Amino acid sequence: MEKLLEQFSLGLFVWMLVIFIALIFLLKKFAWKPILDAVNEREEGIKNALLSAENAKKEMQNLKADNEKLLAEARLERDSMIKEAREIKEKMINDAKTEAQVAGQKMIEQAKAAIESEKNTAMAELKAHVSTLSLDIAEKLLKDELSNKEFQTKLVEKMLGDVKLN
Amino acid sequence: MVISKKPLHFIVAALVAFLPLVTVANPESDSTAVAHNSVTTETAAHHEEESKDLKTEIKEFINHHLQDSYDFHLFSYEDDAKVEHHIGFPLPVILWDNGLQLFSSSKFHHGESAAESNGNYYRLFHGKIYKVSSAEGEVTVDEKHHATNEKPLDFSITKNVFMMLVVSLIMFFLFTNLAKSYAKNGGIAKGAGRFFEPIILYIRDDIAIPNIGKNYKKYMSYLLTIFFFVWFLNIFGLTPLGVNVTGNIAITGGLALVTYLITTFTANKNYWGHIFWMPGVPAPMKLVLAPIELLGTIIKPFSLMIRLYANIVAGHVVLMSIIGLMFIFKNWIGSSLSFVLAFALSLLEILVAALQAYIFTMLSALYFGAANEEHHHDDHH
Repeated sequence: MEKLLEQFSLGLFVWMLVIFIALIFLLKKFAWKPILDAVNEREEGIKNALLSAENAKKEMQNLKADNEKLLAEARLERDSMIKEAREIKEKMINDAKTEAQVAGQKMIEQAKAAIESEKNTAMAELKAHVSTLSLDIAEKLLKDELSNKEFQTKLVEKMLGDVKLN
Repeated sequence: MVISKKPLHFIVAALVAFLPLVTVANPESDSTAVAHNSVTTETAAHHEEESKDLKTEIKEFINHHLQDSYDFHLFSYEDDAKVEHHIGFPLPVILWDNGLQLFSSSKFHHGESAAESNGNYYRLFHGKIYKVSSAEGEVTVDEKHHATNEKPLDFSITKNVFMMLVVSLIMFFLFTNLAKSYAKNGGIAKGAGRFFEPIILYIRDDIAIPNIGKNYKKYMSYLLTIFFFVWFLNIFGLTPLGVNVTGNIAITGGLALVTYLITTFTANKNYWGHIFWMPGVPAPMKLVLAPIELLGTIIKPFSLMIRLYANIVAGHVVLMSIIGLMFIFKNWIGSSLSFVLAFALSLLEILVAALQAYIFTMLSALYFGAANEEHHHDDHH
């Protein structure tokens, strides 16, 4: 201990403090502060870059999800549209079918009615024709018969004869 | 702890493995000395004396190395004419003794003569400057071998001060360059600073933030400076330049004092509350605890001072002793073994250099954290 104290030099101690404290302040101003600032700045930069990359990734994912959603929606819409079209088609076909049936029925009925009226007219005409014809025939017959007196008399006599029997 | 255990285990194992070899080698050389003794007493005695001289010389050399000095001595050698040459350069001596005395340490001629400045004479004695009456005056000593001469106020640029200035300059250029490279390269470090950036971040993320909390920013400059200052000085201590800055009690004391002052002056109410009036204990206990806690605030930086000092000094002493063993063994087994041992220890010391810097920084951060703690846990008392 005594040797240690003897070794202790005040001059060295003072010089050491002066040099060391001056060194602290010089390095603080010219080295440590700029170094630590630069390192901090760099670290902040890296942190920010990582953060923005993360954000971009998230945004990408969102975008992708959105796209997928849109795609799914579009697909759904397409499906529903196809379905609707099919329905419309079927409905149209059905409608056309019923309409055609109705029209056909109507036409048949019209035709039937026309046929009936035609028939009736034809029948009436036929009747008229037949009556005229029969009248003619009868007239001719009558004319012929009546022109043959003998036969008439005989006929009348016969008819009279039948009545007597009754 | 951050030390990976594997290399430590290996080094410890290697040390244990080498230890018996070294201890066996020692008596062996002694036994040869005894054998010589039986043959020719004279040469054996001579050999004994020489090796003792060598031992004391090594001891002195280590002691000299551990101390601060007034010149930057790199190495010395003896030429053929047995004249010693010292290679190095002198440093300025600054004394306050009836005015400013400024002269080069080369005037001491490595302690061989007194230096003159403005009519005053100074002499080196055990690495310290003492005032002597004349150019021929010697330093007088008392019975305990302490110098009794007057000691002038000494603010010399010693080897340690010089090394601190060098390290400060290196740190300043290194880290200002790193700071500039961020601006130039768009936030990415370039050059040598690139190596230090992860360490700076480590100090921030694993020392400052976990220990101090949200107020860590105002302590960052101090923590970074002290870590690199201690680390660089520790590493310089391992180079062949032979500097021992962080193994000097004045240096570690100064560093610990700064930590203590920062802790004390940035402490919040809660910190002082826990020292002078510990919440949650009976009043008489509070009176007992207050001086203990107050003493604790001083013991903490004191332990910082001693820990760094002792670790570095121990490392230097052991390493230099093992290197010194090479010259004592003077045979190829012992010397090469101590070379291997010195190499392994050097690796360990590199680890210790970083570890002690880390521990100093870590504990400083811990004390700052304690001074900044909010009293959220008051309810539990």
